[in-house]
Amino acid sequence: MNRTLKRPGSTDIKKLLMDEALILVLILMIGVIIAIEPAFFQWRVIKDILTQSAVKLICALGLMFPLLLGGTDLAGGRQVGLAAVIVASLSQTIDYVNRFYPNLPELPIIVPIIITLAVVAIIGLCNGLMIAKLKMAPFIATYGMSTIVYGINCLYFAQEPNRSQPIGGIREDLTFLSSTQLLGVSLLVWIALAFALVVWFVLNRTTFGKHIYIVGGNKEAAKVAGVNVSLIIIACFIIESCLVGMGGILEVARTGGANSGYGLSYEFDAISACVVGGVSLSGGVGKVSGAIIGVIIFTIISYGLTFIGLNPNWQLIIKGLIIIAAVALDMRKNATA
Amino acid sequence: MQQYRLEVEGMCKSFPGVKALDHVSLRVKPGSVHALIGENGAGKSTLMKCLFGLYHPEEGTIKIDGQPVTIRDTKDALEQGLSMIHQELNPVPNRNVMDNIWVGRFPKKGPVVDEKEMERRTTALLHDLEFDIPCKTMARDLSVSQLQAIEIAKSISYDAKIIIMDEPTSSLTGAETEHLFKLIRKLKAEGRSVIYISHKLEELFEIADEITVMRDGQYVGCYGVDEISIDQLIALMVGRDMNERFPPNEHVVKDENVLTVEHFTSANPRSFKDVSFQLRRGEILGVGGLVGAQRTELVESIFGLRPIKEGKLTMMGKPIHNKNARQAIANGFALLTEERRATGIVPMLSVKDNALVAAYKKFVHKGILNVKKLTKPVEDVCKALDVRMASMETQIKNLSGGNQQKVLVGRWLLAGCNILILDEPTRGVDVGAKYEIYRIMRQLVREGNSIIMVSSEMPELLGMSDRVMVMCEGRLSGILEGEQANQVEVMRLATSFAAKEAVGG
Repeated sequence: MNRTLKRPGSTDIKKLLMDEALILVLILMIGVIIAIEPAFFQWRVIKDILTQSAVKLICALGLMFPLLLGGTDLAGGRQVGLAAVIVASLSQTIDYVNRFYPNLPELPIIVPIIITLAVVAIIGLCNGLMIAKLKMAPFIATYGMSTIVYGINCLYFAQEPNRSQPIGGIREDLTFLSSTQLLGVSLLVWIALAFALVVWFVLNRTTFGKHIYIVGGNKEAAKVAGVNVSLIIIACFIIESCLVGMGGILEVARTGGANSGYGLSYEFDAISACVVGGVSLSGGVGKVSGAIIGVIIFTIISYGLTFIGLNPNWQLIIKGLIIIAAVALDMRKNATA
Repeated sequence: MQQYRLEVEGMCKSFPGVKALDHVSLRVKPGSVHALIGENGAGKSTLMKCLFGLYHPEEGTIKIDGQPVTIRDTKDALEQGLSMIHQELNPVPNRNVMDNIWVGRFPKKGPVVDEKEMERRTTALLHDLEFDIPCKTMARDLSVSQLQAIEIAKSISYDAKIIIMDEPTSSLTGAETEHLFKLIRKLKAEGRSVIYISHKLEELFEIADEITVMRDGQYVGCYGVDEISIDQLIALMVGRDMNERFPPNEHVVKDENVLTVEHFTSANPRSFKDVSFQLRRGEILGVGGLVGAQRTELVESIFGLRPIKEGKLTMMGKPIHNKNARQAIANGFALLTEERRATGIVPMLSVKDNALVAAYKKFVHKGILNVKKLTKPVEDVCKALDVRMASMETQIKNLSGGNQQKVLVGRWLLAGCNILILDEPTRGVDVGAKYEIYRIMRQLVREGNSIIMVSSEMPELLGMSDRVMVMCEGRLSGILEGEQANQVEVMRLATSFAAKEAVGG
């Protein structure tokens, strides 16, 4: 065994270009930006890019789960919003003027966080049941869920006495996650990296993770091989909801407030980042490192192109082109013909 | 001399590793029903697909009414007056009868589809054929025989001179078959020719005028129905010598039942009924039968993938239940499915991941996968099975069919099974790899495992099995042992119920 198959050199280069296209795009972009504006290469800029990427990375890690199954969750962004509003409403300082719950005592910060995650986990469970048990198409089932979640969020947000006022006065023991710096970067970045590490571990070092790739790669084969397909699907959606919910909580820590519009279209940013990072829309293929690079590429587009003074409208066009190129590449690489 | 409606001469078609058609000829008279018979894989369907423009033969001529024609695609075939009713009907379920008949050539008024004209034509057509189907019924609400009727109506709407029917009765009831025969006689009376492919030999004597026999991609002969008997036809279909394509049978069967299957009946009323058999340690039990005998359904139900209405499994004296694949695997079962691509491999994943799919749980320590321990067992299994690959990290889709199959066998060895169910284990596998898979099977039974092998290849069935269990239309028609297990007997049992039913009416 282990006979090495010889391939002609040209296919090697082609394969390299296909496999590493992402890194090449990233290097090329950074190269062009630095060539135009050498000041881009400095610690402050790198720090800003990392901080801006943190919450997006957690959302992208979340969306990776349904994507690996060959599905998606279009309710991801609205769950970020719901999580933000719930956690913010429960963790205001006692002396803040416009409190969401005027008589609520100051709870230990872990309580609002657990309540928030429990709520989004239920949403994830519903998504998972719709897709695994009712065999609904993830695309439309989760879109339906997204409008429901937004509706619930708006109803909650409009309650007396808040009446849809932006929620402020977030306690220090939540906002410190953003304001504290460790080794020169915000704690948010370290939290995001910790989540990335955990997700990597789950995907690569547990039976559950291995089974996700198998279900995503060939659901029927997974069934024949004795994998509990429904359970895997439901678990993936619950994990995803908890991750995007965490994204919402950290968004509150970062901005010091919340309103029901938070998280709008975050799921599309996350899906785009994953796809640019090589996560296949057909399922079964994708790495955590890819999601990280995908997120950073998008942050560099918005930050770096602004930095060199490019018209923001051009940024939209470049972003779109990169997404389309990534999907085209995905289809060529991962089409199961 | 009588003019032929269709003449095919010297047709050849090869697929990688197989000569599917080897100078085949076929002559069909106008206004006749011409049956085409042969074992699975004899080349009947390939020949029909060549006629219908789905395959392109390397050699050979086709003449219609004495005129040579070229058929490049199905459009050509339809224009030349050939139409085909496939074994698997492909209606558009959410469109109505009219749309299904006229798709691709809707009658038009300017740029707009002329619904009224379409309805008028459909009604007239169905009335002509004495079909009582409203033309606005959705295709999804029709029965199989009604769908077939729609397909026949469609062929006639093309004014087909030659209609090919591939196993048209395989999913019809007795009464529906009668109606089909009435229709075929009507088509015949109109001067159309029907090429009729069927495994139900008795049926042919009722409907066919002439029978062409094929075997191993070759033309055997053409006979009038009144000059030949069923036994002669069976002999012509199977008349082949066994050759040295199998490792010797070491007869390691122990006198110990590992599995007893009792009264297995599918939840699907059209599938298998009341199947009982026993499997012994070290045995390869072959399961033979024709397409539609419900063998795959039976083994998949034993493995827990399909629901059963009734039935009992006993493993080494203990009753067991395989409600799903997980339970079956826990009970030591393994299943290599018929459709390797659809239900076997996970194409994008590596050889290693594919091999470990059913075995990961064994390498878990405190919830964490011990990745360091994963490599060695896979390496050992791949070595034992002689899987040829660049490395274990190669995506499995880049391996040949034979090597993919070996990895799947390896998957079950790693999972630690002792009853292997192999459904068409060498389908789509090249000749060299076939021998290796046979060798692996012998090795597995030598180690005390037992194998149930569903096979449609007669030589494989006879060359590998210790006993051959034959199914026909969902029922067990006999178990053959030793000398008894020969081609003629298997064929006789495989067609036995069809024969009885036809005689009974």
